Amino acid sequence: MSGFWDQALAVAGRDIHRERRAGEVVWITIPFGAIALLLVPLAVGTDIPLLRRIGPGLFWVVVMLFGVLISVRRTSAETPAQRDVLTLLGVDAGAVFTGRVLSTTAMLLAFEVVIGVVAVLLYDIRLDGWQWLLVLVPLAALGLGLLGSIAGAITTSLEASAALVPLLVAPLAVPLLLAATEGMDVVQTGGSILPWILLMVVVDLALAIAGVLTARPLQETQ
Amino acid sequence: MSPESPLVELRGVGARVGSTAILRDIDFVVQPGEAVGLFGANGSGKTTLLRIIATLMRPSAGSGHVLGADLDGADRFDVRPRIGLIGHIPGLYPELTLGENLEFAARIAGIPKTRAGEALSAVGLADAGDRRSDACSHGMQRRAEFAREMMREPDLLLLDEPHTALDKDAIDLVGHLVESIASAGGAVVVVSHDAERVRSIVSRTAKLVSGAFR
Repeated sequence: MSGFWDQALAVAGRDIHRERRAGEVVWITIPFGAIALLLVPLAVGTDIPLLRRIGPGLFWVVVMLFGVLISVRRTSAETPAQRDVLTLLGVDAGAVFTGRVLSTTAMLLAFEVVIGVVAVLLYDIRLDGWQWLLVLVPLAALGLGLLGSIAGAITTSLEASAALVPLLVAPLAVPLLLAATEGMDVVQTGGSILPWILLMVVVDLALAIAGVLTARPLQETQ
Repeated sequence: MSPESPLVELRGVGARVGSTAILRDIDFVVQPGEAVGLFGANGSGKTTLLRIIATLMRPSAGSGHVLGADLDGADRFDVRPRIGLIGHIPGLYPELTLGENLEFAARIAGIPKTRAGEALSAVGLADAGDRRSDACSHGMQRRAEFAREMMREPDLLLLDEPHTALDKDAIDLVGHLVESIASAGGAVVVVSHDAERVRSIVSRTAKLVSGAFR
């Protein structure tokens, strides 16, 4: 039997491989996210100072909403027959959860980077303190990946529709959204970003612990 | 578990989905070296019984042991890698090739990757390893699933309607797989409504009618 991390990496590799072939994030979610960012300037007009002010917040709103879609997709991508085979291969439920979080986080990171470039171009966002994005963006992606994976496991175990996932994820994503938007704001207005980073770390850590601890009970009720 | 212990032993097992009884008072024992055919019409509870034996579903009544593990105990997790299951719906990932599907299973199970190619060759799919699963016929997908279980060499193999969509060569393959596992001291349970075909590969049969043995 393989070790925990080997199994987790195998699950993550499988998910990324499947996504590369299906291309749903690249060809569906990213274009829709970019369109959502494009619609706001069309609605409010070419008020550059206004766009510059709301740009960072809109970026994070799009990341959170469309990030949920990416998480939902990962949830509904596995059939009961595939789950049965995986279970009988002797996979550790925690390793499946960890692998799923890794793959979803990687996809969310790619989404954030592309949407971030679109947001900078459309909203003329100032990039003061851009280096903090290297911390905020991965923490947000990890948090959403964790949330989506937990919500996905819950809906699968309840045999509920994947449509339930956004309802579970969206409210719980609020602390992440708040920390990300406020964090970017204090970087530009002058202030300490550390409390907001700490909030994201605490949320991610709590979700990671909850996810690993509930992985097996949720798997067994599927 | 001693070598003579039954590989499957169910006593008074029942299963319910909501208020509907799917299985009632099932006693079922499978000894090492046996291949047992389970027949019954659609909805008779065959697949549910197979899922209980596979430890994928817990019975709502009765008790049981599979490969020495209690169906209600934590040790059921430990015996899962020794159980093979080929369901009537393929459990392959459609976006991955047949080879990638088997290599993924090998990596999870801690089996050398080279065994995946060997297993595909053994089921006549040596040239189809690079083909995406969703580009393969249902029969080819089933062959790939047989290859996966040949690679894993389970002690207990559970087959749900194994002859569906198979050509003659593949049907022979089912027989060889059943024989090789039973002769190695393992056991096989074959669920089907095609009694005639299954009788030729099993050592005894049982019939389920409305969730109970007749």
